[in-house]
Amino acid sequence: MDFGFTEEQGKFRQEVRDFLEEEIKKGYWEPACDAWVQGFDQGFTKRVADRGWIGLTWPKEYGGQGRNHLDRLILTEEMLRYGAPAACHWFGDRQVGGAILSFGSEELKKEFLSRIVKGEAYFGLGMSEPGTGSDLASLQTRAIEDGDYYVINGQKTWTSCASFSQYFDVYARTDPEAPRHRGISEFIVDARSPGVSRIPMIDITGTEAWNDVFFDNVRVHKRYLVGEKNRGFYQVLHQLDYERSGMERLMGNYPLFDAIIQFAKDKKLSKEPEVRSRLVQLQIEFEVGRLLIYRVASVMEEGRAPNWESAMSKAYCTEFEKHLAGVAMEVLGPYGQLKSGSKYVPLRGMALHSYLGSKGYSLQAGTTEVLKNILATRGLGLPSS
Amino acid sequence: MVEDYSPGAQKGAGNAEYRRAAMRLTLTEEQEMLRKTARDFLTDKCSKKFVGQMEEAETGYSRELWQEMADLGWMGLAFPGKYDGGDMSFLDLAVLLEEMGRACLPGPFFSTVVLGGLSILDIGSEEQKQEYLPKVIRGEKIFTLALAEPGYRNYDASSVTVEATRKDGNYIINGTKLFVPDAHIADYLLCVARTKPRKGTTIFLADAKNPRIECTVLKTIAGDKLCEVVFDQLLVPSADILGRLNQGWSAVQTIIQRAALGKCCEVIGNIQRVLEMTVDYAKDRKQFDRPIGSFQVIQHYCADMATDVDSARFVTYQAAWMLNEGLPCAKEVAVAKAWISEASQRVFALAHQIHGAIGVTVEHDLHYYTRRAKAAELAFGDADFYREVVASEMGL
Repeated sequence: MDFGFTEEQGKFRQEVRDFLEEEIKKGYWEPACDAWVQGFDQGFTKRVADRGWIGLTWPKEYGGQGRNHLDRLILTEEMLRYGAPAACHWFGDRQVGGAILSFGSEELKKEFLSRIVKGEAYFGLGMSEPGTGSDLASLQTRAIEDGDYYVINGQKTWTSCASFSQYFDVYARTDPEAPRHRGISEFIVDARSPGVSRIPMIDITGTEAWNDVFFDNVRVHKRYLVGEKNRGFYQVLHQLDYERSGMERLMGNYPLFDAIIQFAKDKKLSKEPEVRSRLVQLQIEFEVGRLLIYRVASVMEEGRAPNWESAMSKAYCTEFEKHLAGVAMEVLGPYGQLKSGSKYVPLRGMALHSYLGSKGYSLQAGTTEVLKNILATRGLGLPSS
Repeated sequence: MVEDYSPGAQKGAGNAEYRRAAMRLTLTEEQEMLRKTARDFLTDKCSKKFVGQMEEAETGYSRELWQEMADLGWMGLAFPGKYDGGDMSFLDLAVLLEEMGRACLPGPFFSTVVLGGLSILDIGSEEQKQEYLPKVIRGEKIFTLALAEPGYRNYDASSVTVEATRKDGNYIINGTKLFVPDAHIADYLLCVARTKPRKGTTIFLADAKNPRIECTVLKTIAGDKLCEVVFDQLLVPSADILGRLNQGWSAVQTIIQRAALGKCCEVIGNIQRVLEMTVDYAKDRKQFDRPIGSFQVIQHYCADMATDVDSARFVTYQAAWMLNEGLPCAKEVAVAKAWISEASQRVFALAHQIHGAIGVTVEHDLHYYTRRAKAAELAFGDADFYREVVASEMGL
């Protein structure tokens, strides 16, 4: 085994850090928790794109850099360390671009990949529905062929970044007669299409975290079918493996982690045995989580799609994030309850935001229960229940 | 849904620009071979029946098996070729230790190689290395480390009370060491003794067969042979000081670090095997007309075990890699030992729960692992000890 980074990778990490520190110094943005999914900053996305840092691993012919997954790991690790507002491009970069690359037609690749890379195409996901959570194969949104078009009707929900998304990656039923997971297809839908509407959903922190997205007779040309008709369910499983794979599951609240340790040091709380042992435990859990994610990157680097490996890392890491938020609240005592903007609020209200927001971490992108099922059946070969 | 699942080809990096990165979290081909050889050999030679017999036996090991291991080059694996060693690395040794943990191998390998030989390699004079390392490597002599003492909880220099006083150019050692592994069969003891009030400690290489040393084997949870060793006016020539006079503690810290990591490796082998046994049991055992492994609660227990096992492996190998590269790794070693000490306890709690009552009998093999993992947790610093190390590394 080798846990080292090459000199080149070290330089790349430094380059990313320098860039982000410069951004902060210029006052472009402030480090924030959950900024990878809630920090919408088109200028930032454009500046990241100008450096070639979106679609880093994609082939050059589609505008990517053809770099390896560890480079992307370094890039995202630093983005998260600094709490950078990367939400505009995160989904396209992380998974939709990859899905198009894996399953899409040449035409789709040409149309979308270079635009994602340039920071000009923002994506949201259309997977969950009101009646479809963990059991994704039960989805009811319909896509019916009509000449050169599909006509889509239905409702998607829990769509992150929806108000900024220019496109949705939508899964819809194309064969209601087939066994349920063999009748689903994947489409790229332009958010400006007639019949698409969005209603914001406010999460427990008071943030517009998601939208309900409605499709009312939305006509989508057949060239926007991704991959094979009726193979969408298998494609989405693959995409979910990537969705779960990354550092954002561990470091989404890194600014809080950093701040609470500093706070405890500054206030001499870290000498109190209770606080000390809690912070140490967090640090240990963090180091463990990072290695589980490095392993996922190393699996990708071998050219395999991570499966139970990313289920494991995501299930583990979201527990860390919840634990972090819980400890931060305990350390802050009564001040923890103060909201951002309040008189006396510590750490810009990050602890409160994370404490409430983290309740959802083990639900999104596969509940911890589903992930453990995957790990048990696919990873350990236990019989399906 | 499994049968239809075909991973696509998201290999963005698979073009001409592709460059293999340094990071690699799998074993090398050579290590895989070493692992296979070790596993095959130990499966053949180290049955649980044998392990049980060795727990009962006075010596605690088989001389014959010991010699076979030496002939395979195991003792010499991580030593330089010039002493007859195999020129392999600590990471390779880690793989071997993992397999030994998997087999619950009894005997003085850890004491002789990890505590004895590698310490001599670290701090011995060239003359001492020439003299002793070939004896380690050929399996001729057994070495161990006498460090802990009665009343000793933490590994810090100030708690060493066994004294070595200077007399006529020699040293006289007096006092009691505790939890010394394999001292009853050892030929040489690396004895950490106080040579100066407060913090002056020195490591001596003592002849373990000297009648001024009295050894009592303790009865332990793991059935391994931890001993009380009483030094009664033992004379050790100055020439047998290992490393620097009065400056022994920094060497001891390195020894403890490596030993703690070595124990982590054994535990990984241990819990990996227990995970496999448990998953197999959950597949076979039927209740309510179905394998208990088809119940989600059992599946989730197993998933939790797998997460602890994998994470234990990565934290350990990360620290081992750093140690091997000569990088400062106090924090990483501490994270590994602290994490594993607790992770292994979780693994065993679930393994026993899933195995049900058979797992708490001596008819089933699980108890061999349960007992050893607990002993390893206590050896060379427990979770609390290493959490405090992490705290100071964090600057808390």
